[in-house]
Amino acid sequence: MLEWILSALIVIGAFFTLVGSIGLYKLPDFFMRLHGPTKATTLGVGAILTASVLYFSFKTDDISLHEVLITVFLFITAPISAHLMAKAALHIKLKRVGRTREPADH
Amino acid sequence: MLATALLIAFSLVTLALLLSFIRLVKGPDIPDRILALDTLYINAIALLILAGLHFGSSLYFEAALLIAVMGFVGTVAFSKYLLRGDIME
Repeated sequence: MLEWILSALIVIGAFFTLVGSIGLYKLPDFFMRLHGPTKATTLGVGAILTASVLYFSFKTDDISLHEVLITVFLFITAPISAHLMAKAALHIKLKRVGRTREPADH
Repeated sequence: MLATALLIAFSLVTLALLLSFIRLVKGPDIPDRILALDTLYINAIALLILAGLHFGSSLYFEAALLIAVMGFVGTVAFSKYLLRGDIME
């Protein structure tokens, strides 16, 4: 049973990591590309880290929580770095594809 | 079961690393390259955690945590440099 849950979490996590990178590779514009990795990749790494917490908790028979540190750190820092990158891209007036709108007060 | 899942996950994450590396090389502007580098280190964290699961060793978490911290500092430094033309003010 545990092995099924672990396998499902690992494959789901790897799948979402791949979805984030496909978004980074295929989307036409920086502001669209920003959307892919900063959401999908944190979810993917979160699922893989949850699998790791479960695996090492059941392997050593006491709760192993230091993976949660990485999860918490990634979940805090991903929006901050995305915000800073978007600000930098707006600042240097990166060119946009047609459907990406101008920000209202810029 | 777990070995098969790990094999699939290794191939998917390696493909993700390859795609973000292509964007890092190709990316037309500097923010694209910063974003590709950010994605590259997050994928590297995923790959390290998978390696830790594969070898059954908890030695890899320290490396993953270090990559997370240093990668965040690097991304912030690059973005600040683009915003201000200077890292420290």
